[in-house]
Amino acid sequence: MLKTVLKRILQCIPTVFIVVTFTFILTRMIPGNPAATILGPQASAADIEAMEIKLGLDKPIWQQFVNYILDILHGDFGTSYMYNQPVLRLIAERIPKTLQLTVTSLVIAVILGVAIGMFSALHQYSILDYLFMILALIGVSMPVFWLGLMVVKVFAVDLGWFPATGRGGPELLDMIRHMVLPCLCLATIPMATFARITRSSMLETINSDSIKALRARGIKERSVIMKHAFKNALPPIVTVLGLQIASCFTGAILTENIFAWPGMGTLIVNAITNRDYMLIQGTVLFFAIVFVLVNLVVDLVYMLINPKVSYEGGSK
Amino acid sequence: MLAKKKNNQTGEALGSDSTEALLRRERKANSAWAKLRRNKTAMVGLVIVLVMIFLAVFAPLLCTYDPNKIDIANMYLKPGQGGHIFGTDEVGRDLFARCLYGARVSLIVAFGGTVVAGIIGVLLGLIAGYCGGVVDSVIMRIMDGMLAFPYILMAIILMTVLGSGMFNVILAIGIGNVPSFARVIRGEVHIIKNEEYCNASRAIGVSRVRMMFTHILPNTVSPLIVYATLGIAGAIISEAALSFLGLGISTPTASWGSILRSGKEVLNTSPHLAFISGGFILVTVLGFNLFGDGLRDVLDPKMKQ
Repeated sequence: MLKTVLKRILQCIPTVFIVVTFTFILTRMIPGNPAATILGPQASAADIEAMEIKLGLDKPIWQQFVNYILDILHGDFGTSYMYNQPVLRLIAERIPKTLQLTVTSLVIAVILGVAIGMFSALHQYSILDYLFMILALIGVSMPVFWLGLMVVKVFAVDLGWFPATGRGGPELLDMIRHMVLPCLCLATIPMATFARITRSSMLETINSDSIKALRARGIKERSVIMKHAFKNALPPIVTVLGLQIASCFTGAILTENIFAWPGMGTLIVNAITNRDYMLIQGTVLFFAIVFVLVNLVVDLVYMLINPKVSYEGGSK
Repeated sequence: MLAKKKNNQTGEALGSDSTEALLRRERKANSAWAKLRRNKTAMVGLVIVLVMIFLAVFAPLLCTYDPNKIDIANMYLKPGQGGHIFGTDEVGRDLFARCLYGARVSLIVAFGGTVVAGIIGVLLGLIAGYCGGVVDSVIMRIMDGMLAFPYILMAIILMTVLGSGMFNVILAIGIGNVPSFARVIRGEVHIIKNEEYCNASRAIGVSRVRMMFTHILPNTVSPLIVYATLGIAGAIISEAALSFLGLGISTPTASWGSILRSGKEVLNTSPHLAFISGGFILVTVLGFNLFGDGLRDVLDPKMKQ
């Protein structure tokens, strides 16, 4: 067990290295000259050259790569020219705000989604089951940015119940009011996915021999469902949870832009539209490493709840 | 199996002629198409997909207005006003025409992106799965690395690198989707390459390349079709997301995403722009999802999720 866990953790190292390399290559490939961008259109050629030397852009590409890796290992992600602040500090400032949205949405999505899925599985082919599954199907097909716009139109513009932009605060109530619409938006797609996967996974376990045996032994239905069937239905739900954590961050990039939420998503899009190279590099790298770690945690949890899983040469 | 035996018995009782007829009927009923036709949700999906393709292909015949004709006198007409079924946009262009011509762009980009991803992903997955060992590790670690980037982020950066335009959107969506195709195919190849018939072919000395392309590849077609159908649904959303952020298809070319983007600016006064273009995206994606789910049930009952 310990060996497989260690093996899985070690597997992350080459992935992280590839991620770091990709980020370097991609940011170098973005057209334009970082030095010229920083100095603005009025800069003279000599100024640009001096700036290039300062940024280390005059050195050969392999040396830039080595320096970049060394900097990262020292925890130095460079300085954003747009904000004139260290990239790492900007990220540290924004991350809690993005987590505030994504974690809340995911918690809501898991609770409601699993509950709906359980209900549907236990009342298969009932009217509510059909209704929920049709809604879930529409939910998974919905573009999150469209949902965002519609939600803004209905609840913020027409009804005026909730604010459409910003984060609000500092009072808790105000902040919650600002969170309602973005969370509604972010939670819908994962919720639909959870409902679908819970339903199919539950149906499969409910009809399995082990559950029939439990029922035959006269164990209370409630305990059969909640203790045994649900436990057996968990592994696919956990897999989907892992995927949804990842796509929730992706959704946050779009959602934050609609609601002008000051998190990582707006930071990244701002960095890209303003060609803030250091900030692009830092934020992209940060996102990717978080992804690798989330996948790692999900795999470890998966091993814990499903001991049958073995890892051979990285294949599942 | 049991049903088959029963059929045979009743067939024998009725004479050999009807046995054959019964078998033929059974074979027909068990064909993929017949199974698909019995699957109601899949058929709903197929109809939606076909209607969208029809609208896109015959857009010039169905529209009475030019999608790019600017008419300042008739800006922001509501649906139904002045003979415009869906109304007009910020410079008086007919929204119905733009949605139909937008369907062309959105569908071409989605199909194109999926084909690009499919070709590269299948090749990589095939090689990784069949060769195994170091080749497999290198390819799959690179794929893992690519998968570590949030998909939309990958596409955003690729669009920044490549610059906007339809071909580049296809490329960005395609490259972003390569790893997932490679993974699916590699998994399939792993199972197939140890089947009896593959061992037999190897034993009689069939070459590696021939093994991969004539014996293994054809057997990955079912999951590939399913995956590609669901992939198109994702690609439609990706195109819209990129155009929505202003990185994909740019004006004046109409795509569902670019119409949605212009609709965002006038959400308060003319919500129909965003509502209708997004509605097209939703319905089409729903169609591909329904059809893909149905295909999976029929072609690949073992596969889940």
